[in-house]
Amino acid sequence: MLSRTADNLYWLGRYIERAENIARMLDVAHRSALISRKDVAAADWGSVLGITGIAEAFFQRFSVTDDRSIISFMAFDHNNWSSISACVRRARENGRALRGSITSEMWESLNETWLMLQGKKYEDVSANGFSQFFDWVKERSHLFRGVTFGTMLRDDCYHFLRLGTFLERADNTARLLDVKYHLLHPADAVGGVVDYYQWAALLRSVSALRAYKQLYHEAIVPRRVAELLILREDMPRSLRASYREIDALFVELGQRYHREYECFRIAGDMYRRLRYGRMEDIFAVGLHPFLTEFISRTSRLGEQIVDDFQLAA
Amino acid sequence: MREPGGGLRDAYRNLETWLSSTPREDFDRLRQEAELLFRRLGITFTVYGAGDTERLIPFDIIPRVIAAAQWKRIHAGLEQRVRAMNMFLADIYHGRDILRAGVIPEDLVLSNRQFRPEAAGMLPPKGIYVHVAGIDIVRTGDDDFYVLEDNLRTPSGVSYMLENRVIMMRLFPELFAQNRIAPVDHYPEELLNALRAASPAPDPTVVVLTPGPENSAYFEHAFLAEQMGLVLVEGQDLFVANGYVYMRTPAGSQRVDVIYRRIDDDFIDPLALRQDSLLGVPGLLSVYRSGRVALANAIGTGVADDKAVYAFAPDIIRFYLNQEPILQNVPTYLCRRPDDLKYVLANLPELVVKEVHGSGGYGMLIGPAATKSQINDFRKRLQAKPDGYIAQPTLALSTCPTFVKRGIAPRHVDLRPFVLTSAEQVRIVPGGLTRVALEKGSLVVNSSQGGGTKDTWVLDAS
Repeated sequence: MLSRTADNLYWLGRYIERAENIARMLDVAHRSALISRKDVAAADWGSVLGITGIAEAFFQRFSVTDDRSIISFMAFDHNNWSSISACVRRARENGRALRGSITSEMWESLNETWLMLQGKKYEDVSANGFSQFFDWVKERSHLFRGVTFGTMLRDDCYHFLRLGTFLERADNTARLLDVKYHLLHPADAVGGVVDYYQWAALLRSVSALRAYKQLYHEAIVPRRVAELLILREDMPRSLRASYREIDALFVELGQRYHREYECFRIAGDMYRRLRYGRMEDIFAVGLHPFLTEFISRTSRLGEQIVDDFQLAA
Repeated sequence: MREPGGGLRDAYRNLETWLSSTPREDFDRLRQEAELLFRRLGITFTVYGAGDTERLIPFDIIPRVIAAAQWKRIHAGLEQRVRAMNMFLADIYHGRDILRAGVIPEDLVLSNRQFRPEAAGMLPPKGIYVHVAGIDIVRTGDDDFYVLEDNLRTPSGVSYMLENRVIMMRLFPELFAQNRIAPVDHYPEELLNALRAASPAPDPTVVVLTPGPENSAYFEHAFLAEQMGLVLVEGQDLFVANGYVYMRTPAGSQRVDVIYRRIDDDFIDPLALRQDSLLGVPGLLSVYRSGRVALANAIGTGVADDKAVYAFAPDIIRFYLNQEPILQNVPTYLCRRPDDLKYVLANLPELVVKEVHGSGGYGMLIGPAATKSQINDFRKRLQAKPDGYIAQPTLALSTCPTFVKRGIAPRHVDLRPFVLTSAEQVRIVPGGLTRVALEKGSLVVNSSQGGGTKDTWVLDAS
C-alpha cells in the first residue's frame, strides 16, 4: 500500500468520526439550552465553540451564540473547516481518491451522505427539530462504520481507517469532557436539579446514560461520570476504550510490517496509564490539567503517526 | 467486410448468418445492455475542454473480423517495424550511423522537438526503448495494409480492447462457441512480463505511474495496474534518494525498479525537463541515466513516431534489417521539401494535411471533406510554416458493418494492435483496438472526435 492511500484512509476515518462528534456536541448544547435560563442558554450554545477552538472565526461573523448562529456555523458552513458539512465533504474527497481501496458499498454510503447534505441549511432542520438532524448525522456515521465492518477486507487499509476513527474519538471525548469539567469536579458539584440535567445531557451525548444507570445503579455522581468516560474499558466512547483500539491496531500493524515505530510506544504508554490509572489520582492532579495533557499527547501521537508512516508527502 | 468485387470475405461468413438471422429489436436491446455494462464497470474517459464530464466511448456490438492468414502478415509486419524502430532509437542516441549514411536528414532528427539530448549516450536497461507500441493500421485492398501512425510514447486504448471482449463474451456467448476466436485477455500478463524483463535488478518492483484522476486515460491506468496487481502511483508517491527511486509506503520506503509511466517525457522530472511540472519525480532522470531504474517506454521515443520521421520508416527498416517493409507506408509529402510543398498546395482538396507534432486527430485537414475557407486557412498555414506539416493522399479505407441509427451500415475502421517488446521477444496479442468513424463517410476515428470502438476477432487458423 502507498502512504498516500494510508493517509486518505486515516483522514477518512477521522472526518467521519469528527462529523458524528460535532453532531453529539451540538446535541448536548441543544439539550442543555432547553432547560437553562436565557442568559445561560447562550453560554450552553457557546460551549460548542470552546470544544472546537474556533471561537474567533465565529465571532467575526456572528455577535450572539444561539441555536441559529451556532447551527448555521457548525453544521452547514462550508467555510468553517470544523463544520459537519465540511467534514463530510473532506471525507468524501478522501473516499473518492480511494475508489480502488474501499468497497463500492462504502463509497456509495459516503457519497449519499454528501449528496443528502447538499444545500441543507438552518431552516431545514429547525422545522423538524434539531435532534432529528443530529440523529441523522449519527446514523450516517453508524451506517458507514457498519458497512466498513461488514464489507471491507481486513488488511492494512482497514487498520488505517480504524486508526483515524479512534484517534479522533479519543480527542473528541476528551474535549467534550474538558468543556464540562467544572460540572464534574467533586468539590464544585452542588447537586442541584440543573446540574443533574447537565450531567444527563453530557452522558446522553456520548450514548452513555443507560450504561451509567446499568453500571452504577445510583443517581448521577460527577466522579462516576468522569470515571465512565475516562477509565472504563467497556464504555466504547471512553478515552481508555479508544486507546485500547489504537494499541491493538498498532500490534497488528507491527506484525504486518515487521517493524516498531515511535507511535507504538506513545500509544502503548498512554493506554497503560489509562488502564492502570485511578480516578483519585486524576482528581488529585485536577481534571482540567489531566484532560489538557491528554489532548496534547493525543495530538502529538497524531503527528508521530504522520511521521512514522510517511503520510504527508 | 467485402472483397473489392463485392463478394463476402470468408472470415465474415458466420457473422453474416448471425446478422441476417437476428431481429432488429434484439440489436437495440443488446446495444443498450452493452452500454449499461460499460457504465456499471465505470469504463469512461474524460474529454478535454468539456468540463469534468465522464463519457462513454460509443461501443458497436458488431465485431470486426480478421482472417488468420491476414493476421499472420500483420503480425510479421508489426514485429519488423517495431524492431527497426528500437534499433533506430538506439542508433540516433549513440553512433548515429543512419544520419552519417545520409538516409535521413540530420536536422529532421537532431533538431526535432521530440529528440532528447538527455537520452544521448546512455543505453536503457536491456537496450529496449519502446516496450509498448500502438501501431495504427488500415486496410485498403485485400492484402494492402498501411501504417497510418506509429505511437511509441504512451499509447492508450488497450483497456477498451480488453473490456470490449469481456462485454462481447457476456452478450454473445453463442458466437464465441461457433467461431474460433483468438483470446486477448492475457494482455496484462504479457505486459507485466515485458515490464519485468526490462528491470535492471532481479525480482523487481514494478509500478504504474499516472498523472492522476484528471487525466483522460486515468481509468485505463487504474485498470491495467489492477489487472497486473501493481501499485498505481502518482509523482508525489515516488522520491529519489541515494541514487535510487523509492515509493513511500507505511511499511517504509520501497525501492522501485521499473516504472510503466503514462506521463509524457516533458513532465517526468521537474529538475531536468519541464520545471513547472507537478506530475513528475524530481531527480528521476538522473537515476534513469545511471541505469538504476527502467522507464517503459524509455525517454526520447517520440522522435521516432514524429510524422516527418514517419515518412522515412521504410528506409529505416531497410537500413537496419536489410528487409523490404511488410506493411506499407502511406505516401507522404514533406512540406519542408520545396517540390513536395508545391504539389501539396496545388492539390489540397484531395489530400490529408497533418501537423508534424500533432496527435489525437487535432490540427488536421481532410481535403475532400473540408470547406473552401478551411482549405484556404491551411494554405496560409502551410506557406507560413512548411516545416510543421506533412500531407498524404486519402486512402480508400476498408469499412465494416456497424450498427447506426437507421440499421446496419458500412463505416470506416482502423486497427491499433499493441506490440510488446522485451530483450527476449516481441509479443502481440491477436487483434487490437478497432476504432470506427461513426459518421457516414468520415475517416476520423479518434475517440476525442466522436469515434467509437468494436471488438476485434482474429480467427484461429487451426
